[in-house]
Amino acid sequence: MENNRGVWVYMEQKEGRIVNVSLELLGAGRKLADKLNVPLSGVLLGDKVKHLCPTIFEYGADEVYVMDDPILKNYRTESFMKGVNHFAEKYHPEIFLFGATPNGKDLASAVATDLCTGLTADTTMLDVEVETRLLEASRPAFGGNIMATILCKKHRPQMATVRPKVMKALQPEMGSKGKIIEEPLDVEEENLRTKVLEIVKDTKKKLKLDEADIIVAGGKGLVDEKGFALIHELAEVLGGSVGASRDVVEAGWIGHDHQIGQTGITVTPKIYFAIGISGAVQHVVGMKNSELIIAINKDANAPIFDASTYSVVGDALEILPILIEEFKIALKQEEEEGEVKHA
Amino acid sequence: MHIVVCVKQVPDTRIIKVNPKTNTLDRRGIPAILNPFDSHAVEAGVRLKEKVGGTVSVLSMGPPNAVKMIRKCVEIGADEGYLISDRFFAGADTLATSYALYKAFEKMLEEKPVDIIICGKQTIDGDTGQVGPGIARRLDIPPITNVIEIKEVDEKAKKVVVKRKLEDGYEMIESSLPCLLTVEKDINPVSYSPLPNMIKAARYEPTIWKVDDLNDVDKKQLGLKGSPTIVAKMFAPPKLEGGKKIEGNAEQQSKQIVSLLLEKPELFEKKRGRA
Repeated sequence: MENNRGVWVYMEQKEGRIVNVSLELLGAGRKLADKLNVPLSGVLLGDKVKHLCPTIFEYGADEVYVMDDPILKNYRTESFMKGVNHFAEKYHPEIFLFGATPNGKDLASAVATDLCTGLTADTTMLDVEVETRLLEASRPAFGGNIMATILCKKHRPQMATVRPKVMKALQPEMGSKGKIIEEPLDVEEENLRTKVLEIVKDTKKKLKLDEADIIVAGGKGLVDEKGFALIHELAEVLGGSVGASRDVVEAGWIGHDHQIGQTGITVTPKIYFAIGISGAVQHVVGMKNSELIIAINKDANAPIFDASTYSVVGDALEILPILIEEFKIALKQEEEEGEVKHA
Repeated sequence: MHIVVCVKQVPDTRIIKVNPKTNTLDRRGIPAILNPFDSHAVEAGVRLKEKVGGTVSVLSMGPPNAVKMIRKCVEIGADEGYLISDRFFAGADTLATSYALYKAFEKMLEEKPVDIIICGKQTIDGDTGQVGPGIARRLDIPPITNVIEIKEVDEKAKKVVVKRKLEDGYEMIESSLPCLLTVEKDINPVSYSPLPNMIKAARYEPTIWKVDDLNDVDKKQLGLKGSPTIVAKMFAPPKLEGGKKIEGNAEQQSKQIVSLLLEKPELFEKKRGRA
């Protein structure tokens, strides 16, 4: 265990771009590495990805471990796992972080099994105890009702997947440089058992809830599907996306893709409307970092009001139709004024 | 074709309460249920069997009363149930769980081959999704996670094509058999159980293995002892402060919201960009 040193972050890339959560993890990893007084390293695998190294240095890494091979063009558990295991077994880090994306979780699960070490899933808080060098990975447990801090005392590396959008990326320092350790992938295509036949992007009206600036989310307080239609209407007027609480998704008013929270997605829009949502912890973990939160609920004691910037105690079914009209009028005025100015 | 679905009995965390004073879970009266994600996995196994023929077995690790949950799987359409149950297994994290289930698979493989393993995406009590891929690694078969459709199964060529959900679309993956799939809820809804299944389930007794029924088990890798991770502490989620109250009747409240938001023009950049 004394041989294990250094904080590593798996740099997930997609079509030659590093995904946001990996940059966020460099920010989080930097703090851990500074506390432990060890280097921070990125681990980068792919086909023609070397040009991403400068970006990784700019976002805080001291070193990058790279494997660049046409076999790594598309993500596959078996090839990526071999590559990551190679680095981890040879250079033995003490902490290894992955973004909790579909591929990040898939890879981390396989790597942790092979390295026979502990892996904490969906972490939302990270810290390190300097004396013991133990990673304190905290995550919502039991559906977000409680937080649990997980330690991995006797196995190395200490691994965790970390939820997107909870850690903060550093301001990139242009021109930062570091050490590149490049090694070949020892895998032959004919020995692989899986093939990616095609990758299809969802082109039909992309939901992209996690990129929306405005989200209007509704819950059981809207009573029925008819009430929930008001959520769609307000979202339409504001040019926002529709979100939902878990019970609404389970009632079948809207698809699971719209679910925000613990078992759905995490969002950080500029404006988040929580309408008729009581604010169970499971929901709140998925939206509390929004810039501005407006909550409308009949129950003045609803926990959602603890998370909101503005609290509106009242009946959503009564308020929404008025609110939609008021917005229509106001936004139309704005638009007209804007046009006059541009004329 | 032998299809094995891994399932888990879980407390219904959707109704679990936390005692705010002690930060402990109040489990009183919380029903133990078949993990909701796993019910979709069992259904996927049953539908696959209807297409290609064969047997659907379910495998679980849990306390003796998990037999009830296995009966639930039989209601959905599973043919056989296997439960590994022993105090040695208790307190396992995902690494120790995948080891125990791997040993159970080895035992099962003595009787007949396994062609495909299906797991739910994750459990609602652990929420990790790590056990499925862990089993696949130990059995040295390909894991494919986040599957939303089993497109083709070619038993002769020992190949399967599945659709895997990505953040912004999907990918089609071809894999050799045997392999392990973890499936999303979207793969299929869970149908109502037909009456004959219910009758069969009511009397069904699964095969139960204790640790000594399995072969060459390294007990150090089991249960709490074999778990690298420990829960060091539980605490209440950070308390949020709450915001400013908007008073008045519905109309007054609506007007205030609109003017508040319009005061922050940067919030509407996109909308304006379009105008």
